Amino acid sequence: MSQEKIGSIMIIGGGGISGMQAALDAANSGYYVYLVEQSASIGGIMSQLDKTFPTNDCAM
Amino acid sequence: MNKCIACGLCTEKCPKKVEDEYEEGLGVRKAIYVQYAQAVPLKYVIDDKNCLFLTKGKCGLCEKVCPTGAINYEDTATELKLNVGSIIVSTGCQPYDPGEHDVYGYQSSKNIITSLEFERILASSGPYGGHLVRPSDQKEPKKIAWLQCIGSRNNHIGAKGYCSSVCCTYAVKEAMLAKEHSSGSLDTAIFYMDIRTHGKGYEDYFNRGKDEYGIRFVKSKVQKIINDSETGMQIIGYIDESGIRQEEKFDIVVLSVGFQAGDGVVEFAEKIGIELGHYKCATTKSFDPVKTSRPGIFICGAIEDPKDIPASVIGSSAAAGMAGIMLADERWSITKTKEEIPEINVIGEAPRIGVFVCRCGTNIAGVVDVPAVVEMAKHLPYVEYVEENMFSCSQDTQNAITKVIKEKKLNRVVIAACTPKTHEGLFQETLTNAGINKYLFDMANIRNQCSWPHANEKELATQKAKDLVRMTTAKVALHAPLEEPKLEVDQAGLVIGGGIAGIVAAKTLAEQGYHTHLVERGSKLGGQALLLNRTWKGEDIQENLTRIIKSVEQNSLVDIHLNTEITDVEGFVGNFETHVKKDGRDAILKHGITIIATGASELKPKLYNYGEDDRIITGLELDKMLNENDDDLRKKDTAVFVQCVGSRIPERPYCSKVCCTQSVRNALKLKELNPEMKVFVLYRDMRTYGLREDLYTEARSKGVQFIKYDFEKEINVNPEESSVEVVFTDTSLRRKLKIDAQLLILASAIIPEKDNKLAAMYKATQDADGFFMEAHAKLKPVECSTDGVFICGLAHAPKPVDESIAQAQAAATKAVTLLAKKIMNMEGTIAYVDQEICSSCGVCVSVCPFNAPLFTKEGRYEGKAEINPVLCKGCGLCVASCRSGALHLKGFDTSQIFAQIFALNEG
Repeated sequence: MSQEKIGSIMIIGGGGISGMQAALDAANSGYYVYLVEQSASIGGIMSQLDKTFPTNDCAM
Repeated sequence: MNKCIACGLCTEKCPKKVEDEYEEGLGVRKAIYVQYAQAVPLKYVIDDKNCLFLTKGKCGLCEKVCPTGAINYEDTATELKLNVGSIIVSTGCQPYDPGEHDVYGYQSSKNIITSLEFERILASSGPYGGHLVRPSDQKEPKKIAWLQCIGSRNNHIGAKGYCSSVCCTYAVKEAMLAKEHSSGSLDTAIFYMDIRTHGKGYEDYFNRGKDEYGIRFVKSKVQKIINDSETGMQIIGYIDESGIRQEEKFDIVVLSVGFQAGDGVVEFAEKIGIELGHYKCATTKSFDPVKTSRPGIFICGAIEDPKDIPASVIGSSAAAGMAGIMLADERWSITKTKEEIPEINVIGEAPRIGVFVCRCGTNIAGVVDVPAVVEMAKHLPYVEYVEENMFSCSQDTQNAITKVIKEKKLNRVVIAACTPKTHEGLFQETLTNAGINKYLFDMANIRNQCSWPHANEKELATQKAKDLVRMTTAKVALHAPLEEPKLEVDQAGLVIGGGIAGIVAAKTLAEQGYHTHLVERGSKLGGQALLLNRTWKGEDIQENLTRIIKSVEQNSLVDIHLNTEITDVEGFVGNFETHVKKDGRDAILKHGITIIATGASELKPKLYNYGEDDRIITGLELDKMLNENDDDLRKKDTAVFVQCVGSRIPERPYCSKVCCTQSVRNALKLKELNPEMKVFVLYRDMRTYGLREDLYTEARSKGVQFIKYDFEKEINVNPEESSVEVVFTDTSLRRKLKIDAQLLILASAIIPEKDNKLAAMYKATQDADGFFMEAHAKLKPVECSTDGVFICGLAHAPKPVDESIAQAQAAATKAVTLLAKKIMNMEGTIAYVDQEICSSCGVCVSVCPFNAPLFTKEGRYEGKAEINPVLCKGCGLCVASCRSGALHLKGFDTSQIFAQIFALNEG
């Protein structure tokens, strides 16, 4: 089996805040990123929230 | 998909209405739709289960109205094969569905809703436009109740035994916001078992909710909810803290639903070969918090356990870092570098301005008369070209703008559209692609400042849009090309603090290939973790700590500096110079980034006769005794734990987070050593959050007694010869109880080093409690507000070992994103000094929060001020404070601002 390394990372279920952040950090560290999301847009549950605790900042 | 310009015509014409899952079923959408207005990518999709054409073969309206021919009914899923080096799984979780095993009457009453539905009700983009109304009759409610632990901490069918960690704090948030939305005096009550506001700043938030907002917190067991269908009121029947049956009516009952594993997670985990635990959560180890059971596959977010946003974001960075370690020697190997386009020199040329006015679908054009704005712009000075765009930001428009700039030889560009906050970078790139310096550009925000706030005054909104465009055009005519200072990033890192967080941060940096200095003022590595016994998952901390210490000691890229104090810091992001005193000798360490992991310690309480009797110990001291296999522990017949010693008090308002779990775990350990031992835990709220709840359940089943004590009343500790007498007030019995204990364990607070001198040296800030502040509570949980300085571990906030490790890995990963660039481009819009006019008064030097101004040391302008371009953030404070008018801000010079102001009057 070949042991050649591939400088890319796949992020599955990447639409939520976790996946998006992981994608940004991986890309900024120098890796090619595939972000895979089941639905038509990214954002996940956080996009449905109105504001976030404990600062009451807008979630969007 | 590439053809869709998101104009929205298809949705407007689509005849089929469908329940909107984004609005949690409270609203409707069409069969062709975007999930929400800000969706990325902003492309409309067809819901194939509801589309009339796809289901019944008739309609086809969207295809007829689409101006770009983007509708393709034949589009099907295609299979892709990707070769990747590693995988990160972040499939998240889903909210508990209270309708499935409907014990609360959720299905039968419109006014019993989930917390996520309530979020949508509060949202201004939501189904009621942000008006707080009762779903049954859209009337404003007077009383709202939140019921906690719905689907969590519960062994009923469908529910989960764990705590979902976030619901207590989000209920506080929703109650606060509801009060702000309400026009009258809204009564809000939260029915709970334990309030679990254990995260950083959450306890303070809870106190504000209680004291400032007047939210009622009712410790209770809710028995039933009766729907009064005539009045729409919900009657909650509950047993209060003292065991008395009560009833109260509410307009709305919000069910604070917990997290559940996502649909299909079991099949998915099987497919990719990762292990799941008994709650279908991915299994991880405390010392490898983002690693799954399969090498090369990592996880982040709520697939591991229920967690809040900061914890998810920390996990994400950690996972990206761990996935990166495996591929470190392939860094930048398959990423694509953008071709650099040579910049056209426009200095000395007369301005030739292009103005692009965006319709933003109907977002702007629905209110603002865009053609009128275009017509006005055509007659402005120096304007050579004006164009109206459906979406200025769409990829095809970007390409078109680049082409127009070249063809018309434009040398300045104005985009009248949305906010520079989100779109400036994008348009600047368009200029760069056309060979024009990206600072020869500005935006007029005719959406957020015109069409959105003045939706009902179309004419005035149009007038304002014209004013903004005229002003921006006048300013842009005076723009000059700016250079961005370039900064070489020193490829070494510095980690301060040799505790578990520091060690892991250093290890992570080194494994990513970067030379790392690890500075510890003590004589050995390990920090507080040297005293700890076991993690909440039961792993041996000493064994794992020794393993990790060994791995950094053996890593040739890590320089460990023990007995080393930091004396002074010079420099800034990319080029720090830290002066240290090592074994009495001075040295200078050069590094591009800094990670602060200076930890915290356990409070030695001046209470309850601590220190006067060796039967009275702290939680950490019990861990130490367990480490040493102290045989005395077996002989005790009664042990009492007292929680919140020194935490959650006015003088130290935060929750120390780890003590509840630590006490429960040690209570179980004592029971294991001597099953006959009577073990009591006196608590205020048990905060065994997340999957730690299992330990609490186990402890109760094994006979550990949990008693809620009245915090307002004193606890008396009297050491007697045979035992230590502990007297306290039980909140449910409402009377004093006495326990004679052989061992009294005080779950003492975690205290940071207040006024840490490192804070001033690295310009990091500490909060009122003395913990280092992150740049953003949610999205930047490991970054300090100073560039290039990161934070992790107890120095940031109280947290257990697994969370400290994840945060350390995250901090190191964030640091790597800076180091990996090698060269940083700084902002071009910075201050500069006209040294001829400078009077050397020094106001700029004292007023700058970033230490950018300094006095020139030698030469013709010795003693005059100058700006260090890499430190300047372009805030303009110095410019405004300069009494000689010697300071200027590039891109926002006085002449440009005046031109903008004068242009307003020309309308």
